[in-house]
Amino acid sequence: MDTRGHSIFQLPSAALLVFTLCASGSAWSAWNNPYPADEEGKNVLYSAFSERPKHLDPVRSYSSNEYVFIAQIYEPPFQYHYLKRPYVLQPLTATAVPEPVYLDKNNRRLPAKAPVASIAYSLYTIRIRAGIHYQPHPCFARDDNGNYRYHALTRPEIAEIGSIADFHHTGTRELVAADYIYQIKRLADPKLHSPIYGLMSQYILGLGDLARSIAARRRDVTDSYLDLNEFELEGARVLDRYTYQVKIRGKNPQFLYWMAMPFFAPMPLEADRFFSQPGMQEKNITLNWYAVGTGPYMLTVNDPNRQMVLERNPNYHDDFYPLEGEPGDESTGLLADAGKRLPFIDKVVFSLEKEDIPYWSKFLQGYYDRSGISAESFDQAIRISSTGDSMLTDEMADKGINLLTSVATSTFYFGFNMEDPVVGGYTERARTLRQAISIAIDFEEQISIFLNGRGIASQGPIPPGIFGYKTGREGINPHVYDWVSGQAQRKSIAVAKRLLAQAGYPNGRDARSGKPLLLYFDTTGTGPEDKARLEWMRKQFKKLNIELVVRATDYNRFQDKMLNGTAQMFVWGWNADYPDPENFVFLLYGPNKKVQNNGENAANYDSPEFNRLFERMKDMDNGPERQQIIDAMVEIARRDSPWAWGFHPKQFSLQHRWLYNVKPNLMANNTLKYLRLDPSLRVAKRVQWNQPVLWPLLVVLLGSVAAMIPAVAAYRRRETRII
Amino acid sequence: MPFVPAILLTDWLVYFILTVVVAFALYARRHEHLRAPWRRVTRRPLAMSALVVLLVYVGIGLLDSTHFRLRDTEQDVAVSETRYSHEVLSVLDILLKPLRESSEKTYSAPFAVYAYTRETIVHADGSTSHIYPRLQYAGAHLHDASERPLDIAKRVAVASIQGTVIWIILLSAFAYFIARRKKETFGEVLHRLRRGQTEVPWRTILLTVGVLLILVFCALHLAPYYHLFGSDQVGRDVLYKSLKSIRTGLLIGTLTTLVMLPFAIMLGIMAGYFRSWADDIIQYVYTTLSSIPGVLLIAAAILSLQVYMANHPEDFNTLIVRSDTRLLFLCLILGVTSWTSLCRLLRGETLKLREVDYVQAAVALGARHTKIMMRHIFPNVMHIVLITVVLDFSGLVLAEAVLSYVGVGVDPTMDSWGNMINGARLEMAREPIVWWNLAAAFVFMFGLVLAANLFSDAVRDAFDPRLRR
Amino acid sequence: MIAYIIRRIFYAIPILIGVNVLTFTLFFIVNSPDDMARIHLGVKRVTPEAVANWKAEHGYDRPLLWNNTAQSADRVTNTIFFEHSVKLFMFDFGRSDDGRDIGSDIAKRMWPSLAIALPTFMVGLLTYITFAMLLAFFRGTYVDTGGVVLCVVMMSISGLFYIILGQYVFSKLWHLVPISGFDTGINAIKFLILPVIIGVVGGVGASTRLYRTFFLEEINKDYVRTARAKGLSELRVLFHHVLKNAMIPILTGVVVIIPLLFIGSLIMESFFAIPGLGSYTIDAINSQDFAIVRAMVFLGSVLYIIGLILTDISYTVVDPRVRLH
Repeated sequence: MDTRGHSIFQLPSAALLVFTLCASGSAWSAWNNPYPADEEGKNVLYSAFSERPKHLDPVRSYSSNEYVFIAQIYEPPFQYHYLKRPYVLQPLTATAVPEPVYLDKNNRRLPAKAPVASIAYSLYTIRIRAGIHYQPHPCFARDDNGNYRYHALTRPEIAEIGSIADFHHTGTRELVAADYIYQIKRLADPKLHSPIYGLMSQYILGLGDLARSIAARRRDVTDSYLDLNEFELEGARVLDRYTYQVKIRGKNPQFLYWMAMPFFAPMPLEADRFFSQPGMQEKNITLNWYAVGTGPYMLTVNDPNRQMVLERNPNYHDDFYPLEGEPGDESTGLLADAGKRLPFIDKVVFSLEKEDIPYWSKFLQGYYDRSGISAESFDQAIRISSTGDSMLTDEMADKGINLLTSVATSTFYFGFNMEDPVVGGYTERARTLRQAISIAIDFEEQISIFLNGRGIASQGPIPPGIFGYKTGREGINPHVYDWVSGQAQRKSIAVAKRLLAQAGYPNGRDARSGKPLLLYFDTTGTGPEDKARLEWMRKQFKKLNIELVVRATDYNRFQDKMLNGTAQMFVWGWNADYPDPENFVFLLYGPNKKVQNNGENAANYDSPEFNRLFERMKDMDNGPERQQIIDAMVEIARRDSPWAWGFHPKQFSLQHRWLYNVKPNLMANNTLKYLRLDPSLRVAKRVQWNQPVLWPLLVVLLGSVAAMIPAVAAYRRRETRII
Repeated sequence: MPFVPAILLTDWLVYFILTVVVAFALYARRHEHLRAPWRRVTRRPLAMSALVVLLVYVGIGLLDSTHFRLRDTEQDVAVSETRYSHEVLSVLDILLKPLRESSEKTYSAPFAVYAYTRETIVHADGSTSHIYPRLQYAGAHLHDASERPLDIAKRVAVASIQGTVIWIILLSAFAYFIARRKKETFGEVLHRLRRGQTEVPWRTILLTVGVLLILVFCALHLAPYYHLFGSDQVGRDVLYKSLKSIRTGLLIGTLTTLVMLPFAIMLGIMAGYFRSWADDIIQYVYTTLSSIPGVLLIAAAILSLQVYMANHPEDFNTLIVRSDTRLLFLCLILGVTSWTSLCRLLRGETLKLREVDYVQAAVALGARHTKIMMRHIFPNVMHIVLITVVLDFSGLVLAEAVLSYVGVGVDPTMDSWGNMINGARLEMAREPIVWWNLAAAFVFMFGLVLAANLFSDAVRDAFDPRLRR
Repeated sequence: MIAYIIRRIFYAIPILIGVNVLTFTLFFIVNSPDDMARIHLGVKRVTPEAVANWKAEHGYDRPLLWNNTAQSADRVTNTIFFEHSVKLFMFDFGRSDDGRDIGSDIAKRMWPSLAIALPTFMVGLLTYITFAMLLAFFRGTYVDTGGVVLCVVMMSISGLFYIILGQYVFSKLWHLVPISGFDTGINAIKFLILPVIIGVVGGVGASTRLYRTFFLEEINKDYVRTARAKGLSELRVLFHHVLKNAMIPILTGVVVIIPLLFIGSLIMESFFAIPGLGSYTIDAINSQDFAIVRAMVFLGSVLYIIGLILTDISYTVVDPRVRLH
């Protein structure tokens, strides 16, 4: 705030004066424009983030709201094809997606078709493209003698620095294979708490040993910087300047997908050294908050409290819009830019927008270029046609807004704690009770009330779009649904009541003790939005005459309850890491139990037959045989009902008509580079949509003046009377 | 017995407050120095009108503070003992049964007969259409939605007539009673009432009662057939929610002060009376407490309560016990953050009183300290306590809403205006806008707080025109 | 005077110690370090080793108050209490649970808070005094009665309504200002107008009514009557005599909150997405970042105590009869 602002506020009727000031200072339309006036008409994409990112270090970051930024900056060797479905990997900085070489115990090469049991190791050899350069960054800057300019900063020098932009010199360097190895070693650094370290140490050879030796070294050396190149890692080594090799245990077709995530992006040693200098942490200038990469964009403004700005990386390597896509992409114009150089947009401004309401309003005013749809704004944006399809309302269509929908590769499920004495266990009694509840909880209704139909009730653990998912009659869960006239129909509440009676709780009462059945729902929900949901959930159990007690706690306690196995029923979600059924079915794999093993199997489901099938299915390539095993597994789970299933959310996204090349891609995160926009159309529309309404102000002004007139008259009268 | 009582912790406290208030009223009646200021209060028309409104709120709150469990209707022959439903209800719930049970599927506007959102309806022939369906309860008695305006007008007319008739009966009974007591003719009394020539502003009071009566009758006639304030996201009647919220608001406003009073009075008087190190310690305690930002202290305390609840689920096995405990705890912690100002006032006043002759005399005569404080000082600072209690009330009711917004207010499953406003923020962004939740919370909250403010003004002026805050 | 101030500052120290001990007890009962670790490590794939690591790194693996395993002075200093509470006294706020330096964040976020709180405070004070004077000036007319009733009515409306409706009407319906957000420099003005107006309007009822009584009290004093008897016009009397004297209780009353302006408003900042300390605190409460909450509690207490000292000083400045001793 500068002082001019203050002096204006001190004047009476300041508001009007400031209005005039704003009006004279910028275009007529810009009264409610939240962006600086000089950005109008530039090739800038406006977007928002709802929560400040916690980690921008690719080794730690594991959430979609962080990937929005770092996936544009850090480039792993592979990426998902933007247009093709089903999802396929393609090389990004690599020259090709490698075929693994299988080795036996004695490191002898095995044929590609070798049985899984005989495979001891898989070897991936990745060759990266030459000539790729990092973004300009001070960590690469060298002085005239060729020494790094900013690698030995003194504390007083750092004290003068406010942000990364305060370093005037920048430099760059070519991307080499060693940078990838450096990052893989960072996965093991105990100081960095990589969320996938636990998993990767089971795969990558020697990662666990590396972690232990780094930990030992860290105990001896207090210096925060440690050159990881001094450590050897058996499972990852550089072959030559552009080639590196990763060696993992066993056969694991999913490993390539992991390597397409930012965890496996290159990290230049210079950056680590630069950010590890003492004193940088106090300025919040760390690798956890700043990013250095080879990607199409670089982070230039980093104020997670307000705004993050990505700008075009001038050193970006050759990258072109895909030449082919799915059938139909041609006609929707998605191939119009085929073969053109990426990225199209110069600058992307992300503003912090914690709540849906302002986000949505600003989108409608043209200040955001794209938006999701919250439940609140749904009716305004979408109408359902007579055939049941979602369509834009006339209002949205008139504005030229486009709608895209896709079923997310994620699942939200209502789980039972299988170790609970009442709802858990593998007895017929508990199983029928769970099946009865599964029927009673009407997820179709939940989807329609709380999600405006933006989801589909799940029939099993696997969402659509993932191998193993089945549609139609054979896809339904026969314990909960009937197939009636070409549609899945939830069984009636009478069936559920019958099952409940079979389980020994006729009409919601324990037949043995006569006491009413009291069940507990554990949740973190404490907000007002949750209240309605909880109320709804109680209504579902009421249908069976079961009293549902909601035990709402904060997130910590909830986690505790899940870990201790003291929760009874809960809702949990899972978002795919990669497009493989293994990533969903493992949520029910016994050794993955939450209790004891702290795994992702929150229901603590443990069926020997299911576990056996999972171990077989896990490492298989997709095919009819795998499908068969998956079908068998899904059927076991449906019968046991460790989940009352739940739903797979549908993603609806809207974009203004000045934005092109948008296609929902649930796996790829580095999609900003494909987007293109037409700024001049945007300017015109913003003016048209944001005409300020002034008459109320005048009415208020005139009204208050009018109200004063009789008062002044009264005062006059009194004055004259006194004199 | 058709029911067993299930008295909650806060219910007991409500009864306790009620007893104290009644006892105080009886006590004040017999003491002229206490009666006089109250008489001044009763002379103020606005204050008395506000009092009528407050009494209505308190009445609803009291009805909602008597909890019990009904006998289970579906008796099992095999089990001989009587069983009671595990659902805890209050008298208010029984009275509002039609509202409580007429739950729609989701939102509906006030007086609407059609749902607020469109739904896909599957027809008998298998075809589907996306339309606004009729509501399940609201307007279900109408054959055709177009009859609605006439139906509403009819019911309002009948209700107004009934209300007026009842009011006239009340008025006559009252005038008759006064006439008997004052030995005047009925006509004279009516005349004076009409002119407002009574000591107590009966005209205003009776008019307020009349307006409220008509409103209540309109509600009685309309509410079973329509959702007067619409329904919320899960289809609950908003009027019912608002009425249930009254108890929460009242409790926050009164329990909090009740909790803090003993500490504030005891410590405040002790600090002023003993001075020296006692004063230092007490001052230290309240300065320390008051220098912590209140919201943060409340946040920390509420979070720790949640931890306790999670660790002792057996003590909090029903929703209503949980939310009740949380409400009580919120009152406690609000009390902790708000007792300091009263304590400071009392300390100052005691410092002055200690130098007054009769206290000095009592000290000289060797009276025990406790006796002096009880006998001489406490009665003389009573008016400060009273004014503080009355003035704090409205502020606390408003604070509840803000705390619920921050997420450290009453239990989210509890009906409260704060929770309603908080939920309404999201609804304001809907299109078409869902305004009725916000409006209902506004109307009911505004009514209570305005009445409380007007009444407390009168109390303050009557007891101590100089004491200001 | 200076000796007095120094004494007051010394007096503040035990209070801050009290605050510190209280918050320490509250926060470490509420959340065990294990809980904090789990929150901050994320939801997916958290191992017990990772939790232990995190605790070690943030110094939460130490004993609470007394370290039996350490030597001499370390027994006291190598504890959670010393690391996380005592250091606050040196304004060393440490790192938040997500690894950011709290001191640096507070220094950055203080300014947006001030940018909204200071204008609200100034404009508010000016408006309230103006209105109060108007009411006092028109005392006994319908303006006064109507004004007082309006004040009571406005007092009885929850502040949340003003914000919700203000945002809806000004931004959504009339397109006059951006709905929420913030910018630096002169660009900030358009974001600040609405919160400032709403902040001022929200306080109008209570303050105007209070200030009005200050004015009326002065107006009824003898010297004012004398001045009026001398034939001075009502306006002159009001501005020359009454205003000056009524300002004393007004100003001494508001001095205490001036330091707290730095903290900003919890509710306002989160509604309007102002990146100040208020929204910082709310975020911390929601994400249960107790390091930040502890720091803010301490900061709030320090500022409040400064406010108290300023109040005392202001009494002597405006009224020389008050002697500090």
